[in-house]
Amino acid sequence: MGKYVLQRVIYMVVTLWVIATFTFFLMHTLPGSPLKNEERLSPELQEQILAEYGLDQPLPIQYVQYFKRLLVGDLGISFYYDGRKVTDLIAGGFPVSAHIGLQAILIGVLVGVPLGCIAALRRGTAVDNAATLVAILGVSVPSFVLAALLSYYVGVVWGILPAGLWGSWKHSILPSLSLSVLVIAQMARFIRTEMLEVLGQDYIKTAKAKGLSQSVVVMRHALRNSLIPAITILGPLMINILTGSLVVEHIFAIPGMGEMFVQSIVVNDYTGIMGVTLFYSLLIIIVIFVIDILYGLIDPRIRIAGVKE
Amino acid sequence: MIRHSSKQVSPELFEWLESSSWDGDRTTGKRVSFWGDVWRRFWENKGAVIGLIIVLLVGIMALLGPAISPHTYYEQRLEHTNEAPSWQFWFGTDDLGRDLWTRTWYGAGVSLQIALLAALIDLILGVSYGSISGYFGGRLDLVMQRMLEVLYGIPTLIVIILILIVFEPGIVAIALAMSVTGWINMARVVRGQMLTLKTKEFILAASALGASHYRILMKHLFPNAMGPVIVMLMFTIPQAIFFEAFLSFIGLGIRPPEASLGMLVQQGFQVLQFSPIQLIIPATVLGLIMLGFNLLGDGLRDALDPKLRR
Repeated sequence: MGKYVLQRVIYMVVTLWVIATFTFFLMHTLPGSPLKNEERLSPELQEQILAEYGLDQPLPIQYVQYFKRLLVGDLGISFYYDGRKVTDLIAGGFPVSAHIGLQAILIGVLVGVPLGCIAALRRGTAVDNAATLVAILGVSVPSFVLAALLSYYVGVVWGILPAGLWGSWKHSILPSLSLSVLVIAQMARFIRTEMLEVLGQDYIKTAKAKGLSQSVVVMRHALRNSLIPAITILGPLMINILTGSLVVEHIFAIPGMGEMFVQSIVVNDYTGIMGVTLFYSLLIIIVIFVIDILYGLIDPRIRIAGVKE
Repeated sequence: MIRHSSKQVSPELFEWLESSSWDGDRTTGKRVSFWGDVWRRFWENKGAVIGLIIVLLVGIMALLGPAISPHTYYEQRLEHTNEAPSWQFWFGTDDLGRDLWTRTWYGAGVSLQIALLAALIDLILGVSYGSISGYFGGRLDLVMQRMLEVLYGIPTLIVIILILIVFEPGIVAIALAMSVTGWINMARVVRGQMLTLKTKEFILAASALGASHYRILMKHLFPNAMGPVIVMLMFTIPQAIFFEAFLSFIGLGIRPPEASLGMLVQQGFQVLQFSPIQLIIPATVLGLIMLGFNLLGDGLRDALDPKLRR
């Protein structure tokens, strides 16, 4: 196990290095200048500003400087938001995004798991078909379409909840809801399949033969064993939510990290783009790593398979 | 056992049989090939057939839709802006007076082109990398796998966004950007298939008979590895369509006056307050394509490998 973890950590570091290098060189081939109001600045002033950010140095030196700063967690100063550190911007936006994202996962699990469960128990009935339909529709409707419709109808036309902006808890409901639909759909699908598989196992027959009630069989034996593999889809789900949040935050005008990333793309904010890119990558890599390790700890069969690989 | 110890074995001991009476071990009835079986299972699956119909319908409309309307996708009529659907403009017009019927189907075509191109690139890169790595194995496989392992951790969307910030977005650029990480999953699937297949007896038999690597790969391995590859492709397409729509939404997609479903949804979103139809129509077509391919993918997976029914 120790060896496996170490190996994974090494891969994570290499992957991050590849991403950082890729981002660095790509950003330096970007068309356009990071300077605001370029035409109004004299050439001397432009040079002075570029020197201030170290952008007058040759590329290899900039690369080394960049990595030195990265190692101490310094992502530089935003070109766009005057003089603010990128790390501060991330620190400001991340809690908002995390709030919406985690809430979406919570809603998704709380609705998706029972849905999948019921579908499996009532296999082949109208209930099952309805649940399957919900699942396939949820995968097919993009979260941002849903977000736009929810914001307009629930927020503007019916005026039940705020149509956008950030403030009270109420503001987080619609964004979370639009992100959660995909989670509901995938959870329901996954749990249904797992449940059907588990319900056919011998130990379920044993439990029934012992005279345990239906609810005990379902809750204690079937559901529990179906939930363990569900951990594996949490990783991809979180990535999906992260992706979706870029646009959903934009639609609801929420000051989260996604909106900040989209903004920095629009205004050519080099450091902003690089910083958020690295942060996102780190986040995703760590989430997947933690989930893999967690799964190995809970289910020893996977751990052995994992080490072997 | 009957013994004929005293007698010599002579022809009289044998009896001629009609050739038709000893074919008891022959398969009677029509032979069902693997693909015939897949075909049957596919058609028995209602969802899969519905998916196929949706995909075909949208595909046909993407080809014919712009042609059967008298308008072009780029022509602006400023006296007809933001109109509701009518006999003149079947899906209404947008804020520049462009015909939405034509734009929707034209955009659907662009989205499909991007998705198909991305899937094709994934297929070529993934199958080559995966089969070389899996088939030849050994140290080569080790090195190739380590590289894959590193690339696998790179978040797809981030790479797509970065590339499109730098390169001018167009059909090819978007498809290429998606393939930068897209082929990795395909390579993994193909490698896995190669690893299991190459130990099978029929491969041993082929190489014992002196078949070249090329022949073994082409004649024996690829046809047998095709199932999971097709399924993988079917799920790549809706994902690519989603990514394209997503990119258009954050301003990194196809540029006007060209159209794609994502861009139309985005433009519809801008005028949602007073003309919701402009969002609803392209969003519906987008949803339908995704639904169609998802259903089709599910159906094909179940048909190709009934054990994997998920």
